[in-house]
Formats: sequence, C-alpha cells, structure tokens
Amino acid sequence: MKTKRNAQLLQGNQACSLGALDAGVRFYAGYPITPSTEIAEFMAEELPKVGGKFIQMEDEIAGIGAVVGAALTGTKALTATSGPGFSLMQEIIGFAAMTEVPCVIVNVQRMGPSTGGPTSPAQADIMQARWGTHGDHPVIALSPGSVLEAYTLTIKAVNFSEKYRVPVIFLLDEVIGHLREKVVLPELNELEIIDRKRPTVSPEQYKPYAVDESGIPAMADFGQGYHWHVTGLNHDETGGPTGKADVINQQLSRLFHKLDQYRDEITLYQTFDVEDAEYLLISFGCSTRSSLAAVELLRNEGIKVGLLQLQTIWPFPDHVIKDFTKNKKGVFVVEMNDGQLCLEVERTIGNRDLLSRINKINGELITPQEIIDKVKEVAL
Amino acid sequence: MAKNDKPNISIKYEWCKACGICYSLCPKKVLDKDEWGKPIIQDVDSCTLCRICQDHCPDFCIKIGG
Amino acid sequence: MQTTTNIENLFRLNRLPHIWCPGCGNGIIVNAVQKAIYESGLDKDKTVIVSGIGCSSRATGYMNFDTLHTAHGRAITFATGIKLARPELNVIVLTGDGDCAAIGGNHLIHAARRNIDLNVIMFNNSIYGMTGGQFSPMTPHGRLATTSPYGNLERTFDICKLAECAGASYVGRSTVYHVQLLVNLIKKAIENKGFSFVEAISICPISYGRRNKLGDAPKMLEWLKEHAVNIKAAQKMEPEKLKDKFLIGEMYHGEAPEYTQLYDELIAKLQKGAEKDVR
Repeated sequence: MKTKRNAQLLQGNQACSLGALDAGVRFYAGYPITPSTEIAEFMAEELPKVGGKFIQMEDEIAGIGAVVGAALTGTKALTATSGPGFSLMQEIIGFAAMTEVPCVIVNVQRMGPSTGGPTSPAQADIMQARWGTHGDHPVIALSPGSVLEAYTLTIKAVNFSEKYRVPVIFLLDEVIGHLREKVVLPELNELEIIDRKRPTVSPEQYKPYAVDESGIPAMADFGQGYHWHVTGLNHDETGGPTGKADVINQQLSRLFHKLDQYRDEITLYQTFDVEDAEYLLISFGCSTRSSLAAVELLRNEGIKVGLLQLQTIWPFPDHVIKDFTKNKKGVFVVEMNDGQLCLEVERTIGNRDLLSRINKINGELITPQEIIDKVKEVAL
Repeated sequence: MAKNDKPNISIKYEWCKACGICYSLCPKKVLDKDEWGKPIIQDVDSCTLCRICQDHCPDFCIKIGG
Repeated sequence: MQTTTNIENLFRLNRLPHIWCPGCGNGIIVNAVQKAIYESGLDKDKTVIVSGIGCSSRATGYMNFDTLHTAHGRAITFATGIKLARPELNVIVLTGDGDCAAIGGNHLIHAARRNIDLNVIMFNNSIYGMTGGQFSPMTPHGRLATTSPYGNLERTFDICKLAECAGASYVGRSTVYHVQLLVNLIKKAIENKGFSFVEAISICPISYGRRNKLGDAPKMLEWLKEHAVNIKAAQKMEPEKLKDKFLIGEMYHGEAPEYTQLYDELIAKLQKGAEKDVR
C-alpha cells in the first residue's frame, strides 16, 4: 500500500531539518543564532528519538569542530547558523575542505554585516560562501527558493557532501527559513540517499588520500582499525604531513578540481517560461518568488520574460548561464544584496550592457513591481 | 634476570639528538657521552634496569632489554 | 621503548625521528602517553588521539592510532564530536599550553563543565615554541620571550584549579622529570569515566630555556626535580618551604555524571516510547 505523505504546513527551517534527518544526518552540533535556531530546536527534540546526537556547543567554532569530529566517525553531521556564526566557522570549513570530511553548514542568511538585522532577510553571504575561508578550496553551495526545496535540497546537500567528501553550504535566508507553506514531501522510498565510499582494502594497504579516476578517496571511519591520520597540513596520499612541493602540487591540484568532472550532476536549477523569452531574470532563494510573480505579470502585458532560478550557487554554473542568456535582449539578476551573484553572471556573459542589477539592501523583500519597473525601463 | 646476564642496552643513534638527558640522569653512570654528546655505554654491569634513561629519552632511542 | 615490541607498534615508525628540538620534553610526554595506553590495555582500534596546533600537537602524526591534527585551540571541540557520536571510542587530546589555555580556553572549560569523557594532556613548556618563542598564558611573570622582550608583564593561572572549578572530574599534574608519576596520572585519567585533565610540565631548552638562561635539557630537568613537591607530601610541609615550589600528583578526583552516558540514557528512555514522562 503506497503511503502517500499527506500535505502539511511546514516552516522552511523545519523542512530543512526533516530533510537532514531523512538524508541520514544523525549528529547536530551548533550554537543558537537568529534566524536559524528552529533548526537546532528541531534537532534537539528529534535526533535522540532516532538514536542521533544533538549538542549545543559554547560557540560556533566549537559547533563546526564537533560536526567534523563526528563526521570522522562515519556519522552524517550538520550544523546551522547565520552570518555572524558563519564568519566564525570559516577556518574549520577550510579544514573540512582540506581534509575532505563530509559535512553540511546551513547558513540562514540575515541582514549584515555585523549584527545587522537579525530578523530581516538578506542574500549577501554569497561570496563568503565561496571565499569565506582562506586559500583555494573546493566548496558546494545550494540555495532553496521554497519550503519544499528546503527539504529536497538539504537531502542533495548531504548527498553531495558524502559523495564528493566536501563541505556543503546550504544558503537559506530568513524568508524561506521562517516561511510556512503547504508542502507534500516525497515518499521516503523515492529518495536517493548517498553514503560516502568506504575503503575496500585492508588497513595495511589503505592510503587515505589515494584516488582512482573518480578523484574522490575512499574514507574509513575512525574506530575501525585503519589508524589513519587526518591533518590540515599539506599531506601526501598516506595522510602524513609533507613539505615536498611536487607532492603538494599534485594533491592540491586534485583537491581544487575534484568537482570539475561532476559539474553537470552538481548544477541544479529550474526554469520558468524561458522557451520564448526575450528577457531573462536570474534569481535564487527568496528572491525567486517575486521574480516568478513579475514574469507572470509582465507576460500579461505582452513582455516575454523568463526566469532562471539557480539552486546551485557554487560551483558557479557558467555553462547554464551562457545557455539561457543567448540572444536575450536583457538579463536581470535579482538578489537581496548590493550586487554579488551578478558579478559572476557578468564574468560569464562578458557583456555588461546586456546585464541589469535588481537589488535591495534594506531588509525588505524585493517586490514584483520593482522588478517589473526595472524590466520595463529596458524593454520599453 | 639471572645474576650474570648482562642487560642489553640498545641505542638508536640515528634518532639521537645528543640532548644529554640519558647520561646526565643515569644514577649508576652506566652511560657516558662521546665527543658528539651522544651516549656511550661505559659500564654496562652497573645497570640496574631502572629504565630512567629509556623513560626520559625524548627521541625514543634507548631500549633496555634483558 | 619498552622491551616488549608491542609498544613500538603504537608508533608510526616510518615517521620517526620526530621534528622536535634536541632535549624538548614533548617526546618524553608522548612516550609516557604511549606507556599509559599500553599499560591500560586500550584497544588500539578503538582509540582516537586528537591534537590542536603547535609543537605538542605534531604528536598525533607519530602515534599509530586513528589520529586527528585539528586547528589551533580546537582539538577539544573535535574530540567532543568524536566522543559524543561514538561513546565507545577512547578519546585522548594532546594539546599545548598556548593551544589549550589561550585560544582553546573556552572549549577547555565547557568540556570540563559537561564532564564529557575526554582525556586531555596539556604539554606545558611555558612558550609558543612552533612560532619561535612567544610568551603564553603559562609563561611565568617576568620571563623573557620574543614578545615579552622586557620580561612578561602578565601572570599565569593555575590551569589545574581552573579545570577542576570548571567541572573536570579528574585533574593531575606531573613533569617530564617525574615520568612514572605522569604515566600513572594518565592511566588514572583514562580509567576515569568523565573529563580528565593532566598538565604535563615540559621543557623547551632551545627557545624558552636558552632565552632565559635556564641551562641545557638536563639542567632544566634538574630544576623540575628541585621545585616540584608531591601534593601529599606538601600537606605535611611548612608553607614557608613551599614558597617557590609547585605541586604535582593527583590534584582532584570527584564523581559526576558523564555527558555521553546521560545522552545514551535519554535515547534509551525515548526509544522505550516513554516520551510522556520525559517532559
């Protein structure tokens, strides 16, 4: 008997937490910070019921540190925070990237910088999600535009972190995080759940950072007798620290480019009315919603507009942007910041006059009307 | 250990950094230092197997057997 | 190394000799930790060693266990994650005076407050050695370091008392001279089901010792021998005689519920469907 999960009214933060549980997350460590705290509260209540572990640590650095520690025991682990906490976590996110430890960091974005507007939305941590920690490094960042996506994309985030052994940043925002809407969640057995690749060789033969053509090393759990070493120092295939430039070059080149061959699989997006569109909106997260309304209203007035909603922010999907901006009369990037994602779009399409920015930085949502006015400036 | 057995003191000279701890702590002057400041066994019979040298060697060079 | 070979396979022999300077006490402490692990009969496959950043924290690279060399000051947070996720693992944290008492201080006091079953060994050589000899929270007042060229203006604190007041259920101090006592304290720490903290006072002849004219490694060990007094002996001594001495031995041993055990009990209660009376 196919049990259809019936419709329910869910908050974005709760949907994200449910997605984490269904993806197999069984460890949460974090620190309270608006507007993410509902995730911690959900985990505190639900994780022990399924044999999982929740701990509220003394600060965000401790939170992400405990998450990476737990992940090394083979447990899927996640933390949630917002701007100020996300800034504190950066060094350890870099550690997770360097040591290739799977973990998910949910950043429910709020107005910044600094304390900013704790209960108001913004989407201004885009560049921080990519370059917040020092040094080159691989990272994946996803962003949901609805409560349902907060569920489904969290599962993708956990799967990606496990499959590619990389920290995944989940760029929620205060609107989607706190929004409640009717949602019908997919059946559990419909979900694809991915676990990290474990070693098939004996501990004596195990080389923690040796790779086959997948470019992703097999990962042993602590406590299984592999006695492997994990360090943030430059390390060789055996995991031991190394100062040899050629070994470092080979290891870091692999690390920095390990996601390249999986670009298509990692790039998630949705399109609306793009087939005959002469103008294109590009948006993500909460700004997707106003963009959708604007597309509909503009089309009612005979202006052919389409929307490309990016769900994968990093690695930046240049190829998708190129495809959908081909022979368009105008491209508009809609984002609640002072212009961040538009810089990547500009770099990709290389034609500044085709591109317009639609931004808002005062903590209020960008309205459909503001988008309509901007498009008309160009279209009429 | 039978009376006439000699304790065998093995020293891994490739790990030794001539810090001087072993022969300065040896209560029975079993060890002395060579020109490089590395330990040499100069009176093995006096060794009482107390293992002070082994426990205090920062480079894990000394093994007291027997 | 002990006569038997098994203690040798607690080391990553292919990684030796280690990087520490001639006469540095770190190797003595690592040897003591290995001896304590060996004599405690811990299962090598179920033992994880976690370290921070600094001279002390390169130790994990030489030890043949699941080892984790984390970020400066954060070893205890990673160790908390490991222990909570897998309480059956023995988790030992090796950290330095700067790593643990300065940047890592906040994590030290909260892990102690929780009384989570971690064994924290703090290598105290009174200096930031790896970065070339700056003073640390454990550098005595007046001492010279590259960043206290006119003598250290700051005071230290008693890290053992601090750990005890924060909630640690086992606290001990020894030195790289008193190796057998150090081994015994570490064994008692491992035995203690709760947060155990052992301060291992070490020596740094190359940087701290040389700059403060404290003599070579043997001389610095001699100083430790002359200035350490066992806490039991001290109780019978005149305060006057303890003036320039410091105490070693078992500082504190108390009983307190262990964090991961409390959590497992909660899980058991919830899974027995007894949510109603839990609230």
